Amino acid sequence: MSVEAVERRAPRAGAAGRARMLRSMLPAVSLAIVLLAIAWLNPRAISYFGFNLMLNLAIPIALATIAQMFIIAVNELDLSIGTFVGFVGCVTATWLRDAPLVGILILIGSIGIYALLGALIHLRNLPSIVVTLGMSFVWQGLAVLLLPKPGGKAPEWLSAIAGYKPPFIPLPIIAAILIALVVHVGLMRTSYGAILRGTGGNATAIGRAGWSLLRIKVTMFALAGLFGVLSGMTLIGITTSADANIGNGYTLLAIAGVILGGGEFVGGRVSPVGAVIGALTLALAASPLLTFMKIPPDWQVAANGIILIIVLAARVLISRRER
Amino acid sequence: MTALRRMASTPWIWSFVGALLIWLATVAFTGGYGGGGMITAALSLAVFMVIVGTGQMFVITLGPGNVDLSLPANIGLASAVAMTVMNGQDSRIALGLLAALACGAAVGVANYLLIWALRIPPIIATLSASFIIHSIDIAYGRGLQIKPPPGFAAFTNIQILGIPLLALLTILFTVLAALALNRMIYGRSVLAIGQNIRAAWLAGINVGWTRFATYTLCGTLGGLDGALLAGYFRGANIDIGNEYLLSSIAVVVIGGTSVAGGKANVPGIWGASLFLVLLLTMLNTFGVSAGVRLLLTGLIIVGVIAAAGGEETR
Repeated sequence: MSVEAVERRAPRAGAAGRARMLRSMLPAVSLAIVLLAIAWLNPRAISYFGFNLMLNLAIPIALATIAQMFIIAVNELDLSIGTFVGFVGCVTATWLRDAPLVGILILIGSIGIYALLGALIHLRNLPSIVVTLGMSFVWQGLAVLLLPKPGGKAPEWLSAIAGYKPPFIPLPIIAAILIALVVHVGLMRTSYGAILRGTGGNATAIGRAGWSLLRIKVTMFALAGLFGVLSGMTLIGITTSADANIGNGYTLLAIAGVILGGGEFVGGRVSPVGAVIGALTLALAASPLLTFMKIPPDWQVAANGIILIIVLAARVLISRRER
Repeated sequence: MTALRRMASTPWIWSFVGALLIWLATVAFTGGYGGGGMITAALSLAVFMVIVGTGQMFVITLGPGNVDLSLPANIGLASAVAMTVMNGQDSRIALGLLAALACGAAVGVANYLLIWALRIPPIIATLSASFIIHSIDIAYGRGLQIKPPPGFAAFTNIQILGIPLLALLTILFTVLAALALNRMIYGRSVLAIGQNIRAAWLAGINVGWTRFATYTLCGTLGGLDGALLAGYFRGANIDIGNEYLLSSIAVVVIGGTSVAGGKANVPGIWGASLFLVLLLTMLNTFGVSAGVRLLLTGLIIVGVIAAAGGEETR
């Protein structure tokens, strides 16, 4: 039990539905504020090409955030997603290009390893933080073995997809909406999705109702692996070459994105749409906004921390009214 | 016989057994050459893990969700602060150490303020804090080329009969930490909060103060580690603390402290730290590449955790 349970009693039933709505709007509001600030500082950035540039790298972050969200939904935490994305990037820039069949097999196998980790964590009742921390070394090691020096090259078809310029709406925006919609429908609107999230809320109840908790954990970890693979491939499609350390920063960014998007560490309370918005907010605020404000890039990381703190503080203020 | 059986059932004994086995394997590989030097080197490096591991142990013992992710950034900043304040002069060593401790303590206080004011899980509070500290460190410590004072650098390398002085001091420190944990009101409060925070609160334990003290303690130890690392490795570095995110958590868990909180073990931290350091030494001796070394370290950590198993009830 956490201290929150002691300090924050359950909100009274029916109390201040408006505050709750405000709370669920918070991720969108923070993104809007960041966008308005960018528009005010540099109106020219709000254009087709501006968005393409600013949001390009947000898509792999959004995919990694969704991966982390699946894990957090079942009350676990994945500290290896960043190095996993890096590993996938190295596979994409080497095997997937030179021997596509082997590359595909490696990537499918790595999703299988994620599923096995879910089973291991569930069966042996292990702390996911430590297991995934260990795995982060494994993925990094494999990445370094594949690509000791930065290099490799993205497969042509992947660069072509990443460079595609659809009419009117920039590709990153379409991709973000697509990711949010697909995961939202799958996790929030289907009955099995409710079971998956329910495991984070009350695993015992779900187990008593006859659902296999092992299968649920394996499913969620496999989904995380799948989105990690998508994240790594997208990243290489955009950057065109790989580096063993390319994804290292994603682990913490992904956790921050989930929390910014209204997710909570326990209880299965997550929001796919919020997670994608959270990732976009972090990506926009960390780099373009700071550049337009003429703040040196040294403070990029701090910007992420400050946004997290501001949004969480706003959440506390709203929650007070909810009571 | 009963004593032997009791020893086998203490979880932390296995980390020492593991460390011993690795040492034997390496010595067998080198044909008995350099065994003593290896222990000296392992002790010197294990010290840095033990110091932050002890801080992390108190934090983790507070219960699920309690973990300090800001240690790497904290260590990096403190190393820069210590080197700047010492400014290469022997007369300013004490001042620099104090500054590093104060810097670490300030990080700990900031962490707890975020947890308390925003009521967010400690993991996300220390994460946000680490983002900010890391940036401060980049802006403040980049390109810092100040060498540690010769006296301080020598101090981190003093050996008595092949045992580093720092290791002896750290053993003393961990004995005190074990006493604080098991015999003092503070430690008992930490354990009680980790077992059941609500029961601890109802029993009249000052939950807020204990948590505040624990995060400040962990931060301060991070600051100390930063200063010592800068002395040992001859200079401050932004990335000097990076490896201590994993190792501080790993030594606590491998050492037999429960991730679910409420159960802590100080001697296990030493065993686990020696185990990890000797493991790296062994892989280096075998001459494997950086990739294989990372891969094996990860696999062995996962393997050890899986073999030790988790809690019966979480």
